[in-house]
Amino acid sequence: MRRLWWKIVDTSGAAISLTVMIELKDVTRRFGTAVALDRISLTIEEGSFTSLLGPSGCGKSTTLRIIAGLDQPSEGDVVFAGRSVTGMTAAERNIAMVFQSYALYPHMTVRQNITLPLAMREMSRWERMVLLDRLLPSARRKSAALADKVHAVAAMLHIEALLDRKPNALSGGQKQRAAVARALVRDPVAFLLDEPLSNLDAALRVQMRSELTDLHRRTGRTFIYVTHDQSEAMSMSDRIAVIMQGRIVQVGRPPEIYEQPATREVAAFIGDHPINFLEVRAAAGPLPPPFDAFALDGAEAGRRIVVGLRPEGLRPAADGALIGRIERLEYLGSQAVATVALGGGYSVRAVLPTESGVAAVGEAVRLGFDAGRVHLFDAGSGERLAAGLVPLASGAVRPARRTTR
Amino acid sequence: MTRRLPPRVAAALTDTALVAPATLAMLVLIFLPVLIVAVLSFTDYQFGAETFRWIRFENYADLLTDRIGRRAVVNTLIYVGIVMPAATLLALLVALGLHGMARRTPGLAGVLRTSYFMPVAATIVAMATVWQMLLHPSIGLVNQSLVAVGLSAQPWLSDRGLVLYTLTVIGIWETVGYNMVLFLAGLAAIPAHLYDAAEVDGARDGWARFWTVTWPLLGPTTLFVLVITATRAFRVFETVATLTRGGPAFASDTLVYAMYREGFVYFKAGYSSAITMVFFACVLLLTLVQFRVLNRWVHYR
Amino acid sequence: MTVLAPITRLVGPALLILGAAVVLLPFFWMLSLSLKPADEIFAPGIHLLPSQIEWRNYLKAFEEVPLHRYLLNGVIVCGGILVFQILIAVPCAYALAQRRFWLNGAIFTLVLAGLLVPYHVTAIPVFLGLAELDLLNTYGALIIPFVASVFGIFLFRQFFATLPADLIDAARVDGLSEMAIVWRIAFPNAWPAATAFGIFSVVAHWNDLFWPLIAVSDPDLATPPRGILYFRDEEAGSDFGPLMAATTIITAPLVIAFLLAQRKFIQGVTMSGLKG
Repeated sequence: MRRLWWKIVDTSGAAISLTVMIELKDVTRRFGTAVALDRISLTIEEGSFTSLLGPSGCGKSTTLRIIAGLDQPSEGDVVFAGRSVTGMTAAERNIAMVFQSYALYPHMTVRQNITLPLAMREMSRWERMVLLDRLLPSARRKSAALADKVHAVAAMLHIEALLDRKPNALSGGQKQRAAVARALVRDPVAFLLDEPLSNLDAALRVQMRSELTDLHRRTGRTFIYVTHDQSEAMSMSDRIAVIMQGRIVQVGRPPEIYEQPATREVAAFIGDHPINFLEVRAAAGPLPPPFDAFALDGAEAGRRIVVGLRPEGLRPAADGALIGRIERLEYLGSQAVATVALGGGYSVRAVLPTESGVAAVGEAVRLGFDAGRVHLFDAGSGERLAAGLVPLASGAVRPARRTTR
Repeated sequence: MTRRLPPRVAAALTDTALVAPATLAMLVLIFLPVLIVAVLSFTDYQFGAETFRWIRFENYADLLTDRIGRRAVVNTLIYVGIVMPAATLLALLVALGLHGMARRTPGLAGVLRTSYFMPVAATIVAMATVWQMLLHPSIGLVNQSLVAVGLSAQPWLSDRGLVLYTLTVIGIWETVGYNMVLFLAGLAAIPAHLYDAAEVDGARDGWARFWTVTWPLLGPTTLFVLVITATRAFRVFETVATLTRGGPAFASDTLVYAMYREGFVYFKAGYSSAITMVFFACVLLLTLVQFRVLNRWVHYR
Repeated sequence: MTVLAPITRLVGPALLILGAAVVLLPFFWMLSLSLKPADEIFAPGIHLLPSQIEWRNYLKAFEEVPLHRYLLNGVIVCGGILVFQILIAVPCAYALAQRRFWLNGAIFTLVLAGLLVPYHVTAIPVFLGLAELDLLNTYGALIIPFVASVFGIFLFRQFFATLPADLIDAARVDGLSEMAIVWRIAFPNAWPAATAFGIFSVVAHWNDLFWPLIAVSDPDLATPPRGILYFRDEEAGSDFGPLMAATTIITAPLVIAFLLAQRKFIQGVTMSGLKG
């Protein structure tokens, strides 16, 4: 039995090796005078699943294209396994890519689509010629070997029955599989995936997510995944590089990104529910309302700071620090999202559990949160502050405030 | 290891390889010749001659003052002036008829559309020889029919007063089908709900609907058809060369035929170049008019 | 009014049918004459149909002139022109549509400007050039002047511009060179444009008389329209039956192509409307 390269990997789990596979060194890309990428540096470890995450137009696709060799950096260097590949074409770099639109060749069958990259790589110009490919013994032998590989990959993705169809006769999910098969069939240095799930419907997208992570585990290859969907990035990757306005603002494991967002923008971008931002001015003693139950540790007085509170971090509590009235309620089944007016022009969105009954609009609520999970940012720069909120000893201040209301 | 070209250089080389054949061919076969024609039109160059003289606008002056030259210009204008409106109007009528008929009897409409388009598919020189048979003074079907109903036979292709108009009829015959297809496309593009709206607004009979919906929306198509017809008519050559050779006595001479005769029969390259330039100017002018008017149409619609 | 309505409703179709009959008359007459014995052609009075079918006119047409030669020349010239036009236009169109080359703007301007130039305009200098190269009276003289089809470049460019950029990138990742992408990915996907352009080009050059009249005087190189004129003028001036048989044979290929593939044919031919 022939050894297929993806069988080499053990099935116990992700192959963890810390060799640096791909490295971007100070990569800048300009289009005319517009700077698309501004001195991006990134190292991607072998066998990792790295997502490039960011809003559309942030430069993540350009980054991927530069890694692929489809685009060249204006400045900086791309290094594969210690060797600079800047200036090499995509084919010379030996990467495989899955495109958002699948990019299957419409005039070829699925089989021909999958065979093409193999044939380009393994057969000579003469062996690929029509007619000659039937006559040359070497070509016959090779094409038989290719056919085996194509079959193996098709079996792996369950598309054997579709091999003789043209792409137009396939559903979205089938096209997706065929595109993955075309990328998978040869032995590339890395798989680059450019928003591969965004053209699928929601149910299929969730299914393909797990298939792709499966595939990553089974092959043990380096995957670089571009997406604007934070939940995709969070659920699939080992590491996420958040790119905004042509710069990498944060690189880290998904929990790090969620729990320690480097900037206000990252905090806003990550998470299923949009984060609440409340701007206050730091004071020497207790903070101004609605944070009058807290003091600020680590920031000088007078500085304008933004307090980030995740809606899912707020919960109804009898001694909750935030007091307000429900203004709007979106019932979602297992939970409800409430917009709570806190007075003073502040309002927050909070995710409320629904099992013990749903609150009503107009009802007063007290919301508590874990002071350790609050994110503080500088209001001007948006940078994360090392400061933290410290709860004041007792409710001495709060009754006074209640009377004012 | 082989030396690698910088990516930008490699890309530029690829681009050059892709565009160079076409660009060179365009320059050598189109733009350079246009320049040369323009230059030659100011000379008395003759094919095969060793030298030539600069004679400035003499060729142009000849063309516009000489009796024969002026005939070619006037004849072409008459030809275009008749074929353009007639082939457009007839095509519009046929297209409207077929468009309506397509709903009731699509089969018949299809057959008729094919019939009207046949002359466009046919080889015009071959069909011109057939017209010659039809118009034959004695054994031609046309004259035989005229005689049969008691009218007198006409020398269609040998009468100086008649020959140009005979050619225009053949010109219309070969153009109507082409224009009809353009009109049919224009009609198919008119959304049906506009007709419903017009009917609700009180345009009950076909005539009213034509003026409220069809005609305004067909405006750009009509203009396009007019210009296309005119540019095609300006090039009239095949029928002239086949049927009359510009005769009798230059009564059916046209610009392109005169260009051919002066240049390639009499070898007067300079004079022929001047005719070419006049022809070119007419065609360019028409195209510019088309762009102008079409742009305005798009803006004000 | 209501009594007349059915009649007026019939007037339109009747006129349309009458018009179509007039349009088809030359075709009918051509076929009729091509099948008539010679004496019947010259007989007085109207005889729409031949009293007996005279197939020999068709044989005679081939005997009196080298009709097969004209047809072959037509195929060689049209085929040669089309092949070169595509070989030259398609890579350029691909570069214009899918690559960022600093000269693209200038080249596309040339293409648009070229659309405004009727080929008659270039006849004299091209003739001089061919004479200089001693190419007159060759197939080259009939083919070379038309190999730069600005219309072809324009048409293919418009089509290639609709190909998704991802598709081209996928081919690059798969290891295809740019030239390979042109012929293995872009061109096969531009098949509708290619057929339309093919019909446009073949119709134009099969029917052309102007250039063959200028470029060749050797009867062995005559294209079909030129051949018809040779037949009429020299060989058998008044042998109308065989002459009409010859015109039928020369008209037949395109008319049959039209009847078999009407939609494509109409598309291809009317596209020439884009060309100034």
